[in-house]
Amino acid sequence: MKKGLISVLSSVISILIGLLFGLILLIIVNPAQAFPKFGEMLTAGFSSAPKFAKVLYQAAPLIMTGLAVAFAFKTGLFNIGASGQYTVGAFCALACAIIFQMPWWICLIASAIAGAFWGFFPGLFKSLFNVNEVITSIMFNWIGMMAVNLLCMNLLNKDGKNVMLPPAWVSSPIKDRTAALSYANPKAMIPKMGLDKLLNSNFMNISIFIAIVIAVIMWVILNRTTFGYELKACGFNKNASIYAGINAKRNIVLSMVISGALAGLGGGIYYLAGTAEYTIQKLLLPMGFNGISVALLATSNPVGTIFSALFISYIQVGGESLQPVFAKEMIDIIIAVIIYLSAFALLTKTIISRYIRLDKSNVNAEPAPAAPLKTDDKPTSKESEGAKA
Amino acid sequence: MNGLNVWTVVADIISSTIVFAVPLLLVAMGGMFSERSGIINIALEGIMIIGALMGCLMMRWLDPLVVNGQLGSQLAMLIATLFAGVCGIAFSVLLAFASINLKADQTIGGTALNMLAPALAIVLTWVVQGQGQTTILIPTWSRITEANFGLTLEKGSFIQALFFKNFYLTTILTIILFAAAVILMYKTRFGLRLRSCGEHPQAAASVGINVFKMRYAGVLISGFLGGIGGLAFTLAAGSGFQSSVAGYGFLALAVMIFGNWKPWSILGASLFFALFKVVGAYATTLQKLGTVFNALFGWPDKIGIKEGISSYLWPMLPYIITMILLVLTSKKSRAPKAEGIPYDKGMR
Repeated sequence: MKKGLISVLSSVISILIGLLFGLILLIIVNPAQAFPKFGEMLTAGFSSAPKFAKVLYQAAPLIMTGLAVAFAFKTGLFNIGASGQYTVGAFCALACAIIFQMPWWICLIASAIAGAFWGFFPGLFKSLFNVNEVITSIMFNWIGMMAVNLLCMNLLNKDGKNVMLPPAWVSSPIKDRTAALSYANPKAMIPKMGLDKLLNSNFMNISIFIAIVIAVIMWVILNRTTFGYELKACGFNKNASIYAGINAKRNIVLSMVISGALAGLGGGIYYLAGTAEYTIQKLLLPMGFNGISVALLATSNPVGTIFSALFISYIQVGGESLQPVFAKEMIDIIIAVIIYLSAFALLTKTIISRYIRLDKSNVNAEPAPAAPLKTDDKPTSKESEGAKA
Repeated sequence: MNGLNVWTVVADIISSTIVFAVPLLLVAMGGMFSERSGIINIALEGIMIIGALMGCLMMRWLDPLVVNGQLGSQLAMLIATLFAGVCGIAFSVLLAFASINLKADQTIGGTALNMLAPALAIVLTWVVQGQGQTTILIPTWSRITEANFGLTLEKGSFIQALFFKNFYLTTILTIILFAAAVILMYKTRFGLRLRSCGEHPQAAASVGINVFKMRYAGVLISGFLGGIGGLAFTLAAGSGFQSSVAGYGFLALAVMIFGNWKPWSILGASLFFALFKVVGAYATTLQKLGTVFNALFGWPDKIGIKEGISSYLWPMLPYIITMILLVLTSKKSRAPKAEGIPYDKGMR
């Protein structure tokens, strides 16, 4: 419990310093507008129902990519490839929707499978050849994005028209993005269940609930099952887990596959909302990299990702209200500072735990053991394992 | 041949390959210094962006002086290039501080810096150029032309295309820096010490080497080379600076691994990667050449790679080939043993 509190505190401190840094930057750039705009940014997400809907809409894929990164962290892997898995997942969801005219839930499953496929290779290369997964997944990010671009631009239907692009469906000159689901296949859109009317926004659908349910499932898998325990054991100490009879190689691959599936699902969720089309990219999609921020802020706790994704999404929506006066990339600076700070979360945590100890005037207590970033709730799962046994 | 002068195309391909290999070589060498000292530098992309931004801004500030003839154009380029390098150093201090002093996770710190750099670049570009002005244009005097040597060459001739179409001061600097880096790495005491810190820092410390200092040196050198590399990339890309270096920092990481953390192999790898990039850009021309071949030999027209596919396929190939090579050479890979592990005195 206390460890959880310390994690939350260190994240909150990172967030506050990040926001402070952003405010200082705003003051430097334009002192007159800095405070009103900063206030507007902080309140924009709650200012109206449609804005709030947008927060939820963007939070859903962020939860998924955040979960993907967090899940891999738990197994001691850094899945920087969430962006590629997200893109590939998005493409497969859209391909199933547009080319094969599937309903939304099949498209979502397809996106998860595609993401899993894209996560499989880094995992396989890591476990069989010991190639660093960071490098592999960076490569696969670019390969995935270019492959998706290639397929989007070159899949022809029997009339010889490019089936993924709008001209195959309606008379439209647009050729740099996929066809909108609203005319290509409305039943592939994630159901809205009246939420759009409730919040008065076209962006709203049930995706946020799907994401939350999956986050909870991931928490259960990691903390309440033998499989999750094995995954985490590999993350703490690969050699020790092999010694204990755990198949570490298989677990590394499985962890990356699950992580990839989560990221891919994020891509599916975002593009099946029907409000955004996949545009031909020259750069990697930022959603996967924001997933890293989400996971780090949540200290890799699956349930924590829900809250950190909501926060990141909230300030991103706020960033749009900075717009004409300041560049909305100001938000990216704030997020980057927050991640930079959480990179040395270990240090922050040690300082906080020292203060908490001092508060209880237990000065003679042993200094807190330097717990690595990924070890937060090992003891709890150990206890639960013990209880099961 | 359909009005295509083969020799001009060849000269074009060679000169473009060199101009794109320059940033890859510089940045991959930077990565090599950092990783050989034991710090994974994933922030190369960010460092490149900062270098390119500051270099372009410096060119912009010097522009009036050059246009009025108060400052030689290549002297201005030298100032801009060095400024880019110095700013790269300043940015890389953030990585060094987090990963050496605070023992933070190097990959996460690097990722944060990679997110910070483009955002900072956009904000700064807005501040300098005004709202919504996201491109910093490169002045035309940045290129070295035949006029600089008092020559007059026919435009489009082989020699002109080979030497003066894409010729920048950074190309000359890169040759000098490469030679200096090889000597520094393999022929000096500093180089030996740096490498020892990447292999076994505790052993290095036991013979009196200051691991912290050496790792700082490694990261800062990578900042310098990365910053210049960023500017070199922007010059090569030619369309001005738009707060991005199009993933070249990551590509440089691939080059470094492909080159097995060794300077000469890195040189080869960067030329190889640049060639693919250029061939990708020339895909349409090649398509035409393919059609000619098909017509000459009576092959069916399907054989030439389809235009739409090739412009996406070629840039993808270096990554795929690196992947395959990484897997094939994983047993022989000579990655520095201690890279990515924060130095802990107590682990001796």
